[in-house]
Amino acid sequence: MKSGFSTFLLALGVSALAVLSSGAIAADKQIVRIGVLKVEREQPLPLSRLDLPPDDLGFQGARLATKDNNTTGQFTGQDYQLEEATASPEDAAAALDALVENGAPFIITIAGAEDLIALSEHAAGRDILLFNAQAEDDRLRTEVCLSNVMHIAPSRAIKADGLAQFLLFKRWREWFLISGSHEADKLWADALRRSAKKFGIEIVEERVYEDTGGGRRTDTGHVLVQRQIPVFTQRAEDHDVLVAADEADVFAAYLPYHTWDARPVAGSAGLRPIGWHPANEAWGATQFQRRFERLAGRLVRSLDYQVWLSARAVGEAVTRTKSTDVATVTDYLVGPDFELGVFKGTKVTFRPWNHQLRQPVLLANDRMIVSVSPQKQFLHQVTQLDTLGFDRPESQCTLDQ
Amino acid sequence: MYARSIIAAAALFAATLPAQANKVFVSNEKGNTITVLDSETLEVIDTFDAGQRPRGITISNDGKHLYVCASDDDIVNVFDAETYERLHTLPSGPDPELFVLHPSGNPLYIANEDDNIVTVVDVEKRTVLAEVPVGVEPEGMGVSPDGKIVVNTSETTNMAHFINTETFEIDTNVLVDQRPRFAQFTADGSLLYVSSEIGGTVSVIDPEAGEIIKKIEFEVPGIVPEALQPVGVRVTSDGKTVFVALGPSNRVAVVNGETFEVEKYLLVGQRVWQMAFTPDEKLLFTTNGNSNDVSVIDVASQKVIKSIAVGEQPWGVVVAPN
Repeated sequence: MKSGFSTFLLALGVSALAVLSSGAIAADKQIVRIGVLKVEREQPLPLSRLDLPPDDLGFQGARLATKDNNTTGQFTGQDYQLEEATASPEDAAAALDALVENGAPFIITIAGAEDLIALSEHAAGRDILLFNAQAEDDRLRTEVCLSNVMHIAPSRAIKADGLAQFLLFKRWREWFLISGSHEADKLWADALRRSAKKFGIEIVEERVYEDTGGGRRTDTGHVLVQRQIPVFTQRAEDHDVLVAADEADVFAAYLPYHTWDARPVAGSAGLRPIGWHPANEAWGATQFQRRFERLAGRLVRSLDYQVWLSARAVGEAVTRTKSTDVATVTDYLVGPDFELGVFKGTKVTFRPWNHQLRQPVLLANDRMIVSVSPQKQFLHQVTQLDTLGFDRPESQCTLDQ
Repeated sequence: MYARSIIAAAALFAATLPAQANKVFVSNEKGNTITVLDSETLEVIDTFDAGQRPRGITISNDGKHLYVCASDDDIVNVFDAETYERLHTLPSGPDPELFVLHPSGNPLYIANEDDNIVTVVDVEKRTVLAEVPVGVEPEGMGVSPDGKIVVNTSETTNMAHFINTETFEIDTNVLVDQRPRFAQFTADGSLLYVSSEIGGTVSVIDPEAGEIIKKIEFEVPGIVPEALQPVGVRVTSDGKTVFVALGPSNRVAVVNGETFEVEKYLLVGQRVWQMAFTPDEKLLFTTNGNSNDVSVIDVASQKVIKSIAVGEQPWGVVVAPN
């Protein structure tokens, strides 16, 4: 009886509110359409079945952000709507046009550098703002300066600097660098070498792990790995840490516990610098993780987080400027007033010269957050976040001039 | 016997001080305990278990019941403030973090971070009276002195929501800076302070107009701006002095409540979040989550007079009214 009464009261309270809010909002809501465009290219299977990409990778981040934006929008008078598209590299431009024609001027791209550059050129001169959620290429932050793209994904340089700062904090100044033979591995190795030089770290030895092809996973494959990796890593110069550059996911996952010398592994395995990790619980991250898991039925991946962050950046700019105009939103994002809390302990902002999102880097093993960079010992005259990646004098981009 | 007489002597000495002795309850988020301090001797007098991940903590007006959010148990534990016995629990909704009692002592308004709602609980009948949908990640809770308005802050929506306590409807929303953590009215109800942890500001809001009249910013030489993260806010009852806990900068700012200028920064323990006055407002206690201690600030002289080691990762603090 008692509980029945309280339920009644509860229902009363909730329905009263529902009536009020629907009445208040129906008047004239500002429609904000955000598109997500995934440009698909063939990917080899990952080494670990735990890393198999879910079909909805990235998109779920946009779905959660749309819900989050609408929770705010119910109070501020916006209705956020999401459009999703997947296309081949050849069809990407047409898919972009379709999204824009459907009323979505803000497009989040899940695409590599090459496809992103093509989309940026295709969108040039029109009222379209792209958000790069995936491409980490440093050249997009230093040489190829795209005025209609906001880079949400951390650059390789940001990640490498975040890792280097922590390894310096540990006083692991001598690195043994093993890189893969794929183009992306070489770019990642370049970023690591740049960080080493920037922070006075010595790379005492380098080796290349050639990808000779073949199947990614085999029954009892560990037997062979257990014999191959020690041989591959033996007789290296004395080092504090082995740093692996293996974006193609060919060998790094095999390194921990198999190396000849008993040294920790970092980079593409072991201690990894990443944009997001499903174990992060600090700064309100738990609530974000749980919201996502309830919605998607799986853990958050970095790409989901970066897509979420892209759509949240749009939401924040629209809420503050009360405008959906692309130029107004762009100006606000790169201007001094934009800031966003993203569950990493400090607000994020954009570098106006190259549109890169300044952001902390999580350093994580498979199960836990180990540290978060920038490390507090690294200071900067503008913001500590600018100790990560390409600072203004290091970039040719002058998008703000 | 010897030790006992020393304690007795200390107690005797302490008793000659003018201040009234109150119990200070500190919730230890990682320790899963409550540390009890004596506001007069500034010593730990007891520790007791408080459930999984105790955070928000408050006490009934008569000082008899201690309410503690046990965030990982999804309940509010109610303890006897004398015996520390757990009397019962209150339904809280999932992941309760912070709450505020109506000035009359009932109901309790709880922020449910996980569900974008504020749960209103009758602490006597132990039932849920209402669930009010608010913005994403509700956290800070403040109540106007007349009890007519409860303010909730939502950390991802970045708003202060003004909830009418009679209708459970939101009357007003005020957009503030990133990640608002705490809402505090002045004793006369004329001003509302809302801290924005990531934005690094405290918004001073005219509750009548629902408008921000001033944003307080912070600057400490030698401290990176990112570390100046305002969380807890406490205002003396005359409204003249505002204390703002500045998180990982390990400082408490002393702000003039009339000019809103920062007058002083007090060095306290590491990652200072929440604060509580003694009823006579002579002392202010701060919880320092990363140094596992509580700093004691002498309000009149604006000096930190003592650090007291408590449990692991102290989060919230409340002082018994009697």
